[in-house]
Amino acid sequence: MIDRALKIDKYIRVLLLLFALSSLLFLFLIFIFILIEGLPLFLKVGLKNIIFGFKWAPTRGHFGIFPMIVSSFLVTLGALIVGGPLGLACATYLAEYAGKKRKLFLKPALELLAGIPSVVYGFLGVIYIVPIIRETLGGSGFSLLTASIILGIMILPTIISISYDSLMSVPRSYREGALALGATKWQTIRRVIIPAARSGIIAGFILGMGRAIGETMAVIMVAGNALKIPTSLLDPLRTLTSNIALELAYASGDHRKGLFSTGVVLLIIIMILNYIANFVVKKKAIK
Amino acid sequence: MKNILFLLILSTIFSCFQTKKVDHKKHAIMIAGSTSVMPFTEKLAEYFMVGHPTYIVNVQGGGSTAGIQATFYKTVDIGMSSRELHDEELNLKQTVICYDGIAVIVHPQNPVNNLSLEQVRDIFSGKIRNWKELSWIDRDIDAVTREEGSGTRGAFEELVMKKKAEISDAIMVQDSNGSVKEMVVTDPYAIGYISLGMVDSKVKALSVDGVMPTIQNIKNKSYKIVRPFIYLTNGEPSNDAKKFIDYVLSKEGQNILKKEGLVPVND
Repeated sequence: MIDRALKIDKYIRVLLLLFALSSLLFLFLIFIFILIEGLPLFLKVGLKNIIFGFKWAPTRGHFGIFPMIVSSFLVTLGALIVGGPLGLACATYLAEYAGKKRKLFLKPALELLAGIPSVVYGFLGVIYIVPIIRETLGGSGFSLLTASIILGIMILPTIISISYDSLMSVPRSYREGALALGATKWQTIRRVIIPAARSGIIAGFILGMGRAIGETMAVIMVAGNALKIPTSLLDPLRTLTSNIALELAYASGDHRKGLFSTGVVLLIIIMILNYIANFVVKKKAIK
Repeated sequence: MKNILFLLILSTIFSCFQTKKVDHKKHAIMIAGSTSVMPFTEKLAEYFMVGHPTYIVNVQGGGSTAGIQATFYKTVDIGMSSRELHDEELNLKQTVICYDGIAVIVHPQNPVNNLSLEQVRDIFSGKIRNWKELSWIDRDIDAVTREEGSGTRGAFEELVMKKKAEISDAIMVQDSNGSVKEMVVTDPYAIGYISLGMVDSKVKALSVDGVMPTIQNIKNKSYKIVRPFIYLTNGEPSNDAKKFIDYVLSKEGQNILKKEGLVPVND
């Protein structure tokens, strides 16, 4: 009897290992295919002409994606400026001030926010935020600012949940020590708890950045997708992800390869961001 | 009543079996080329195959140039092109199946009614940036174009920009006729271009050089932003190909195209 149970146990272990490895396999396959499709163009046109090229006209042999790289970072920075302080404030309230009852209500609400499909965010942006910006600030309304606001809201759940976890993991003794020294609650939070949770909060911000830079649908809908590097908050812009999704439908030949090259660049940027986030968290763990 | 229906269904099923048995050899027609013509050809092919169950029509994209080349090398029965042929390509037999007009559209509240072709070109090349220059208010123009690779953009570049200018990279981009239209519907200062078939009362189509984009004006060739949708064959079409082309040019085929917003050649 016991033998049999142990045998099953063994099988289950192997089975689960296989499933676990399959997710790794998918990652590997995605990587390989993007590289196979995207790399030939790098060899043909040259790395410099793609990454630092200013002109994107793939049907006429120009594959410069520099403006899109810049735009992707601009919109991500904008999203952080909108979503960062808001997210940190929300996490701080949840961790330090909210009672059990409020937490019970707020946490699921935030999870719901994370579950809203991005096309819905984009749609709301087009219907409400774009006209408001067009009428109050000028421009077409399809702009860096609109995209930043939408993305700022979209990355809130990521920032809040990771910051919240790291705030909660600050030992109770830190709080008690600060309060015992006569610090007020706000002083304790500002001088002791947030600095202690710093690395987790930064990791949350970086993962939020990863989410913002990878977001596609909502950005296509509100960013206007012009190819130029925006010179003001009200200028339209095109990110790396939008470029792929916008043009894939009719792309063939080198144009298609150009889109995959965009994908390669995007993949590398996201890998770097994830690596940094992991690094920050690990450094804290070692400490 | 129920019995009759049952019989009808049964007989249909049987007749299906029968045609399958009788015609083991199906007639296959291979079509490839312009991605602008492709969706309409697919639609026509669907209707055609309903009426001619022994035929299989295989429609693929690739672009006008690829379609022309494939026709030349006889890898396809029919090539599709959405541009006029160049001189060296003229030895192929062309059949114009319909015309596709592109309308320049603005918001209905926009008082501008007419632009010259040159003004349209200057707006999209970024030379004219303010409505003031077109004798309206002092407000930036929110121009919107289609994405690179789109057939409508290709036609617009060829017919409006010609080789004199390029579409500016500061201009906004949307990836379908529908989203360009939506942008113009919601933004009073926007201007864009879409297929004539998509124009309705929610937007205002501008006349270009004083000519309104109407089916009439496209037929009498006075409206200039028009491209033909052409079927190409290398020499006389094969019997199978001819049957499909005849169907497309028939009243039924032309009506299908008309419903899709295109301008039929035979009316």
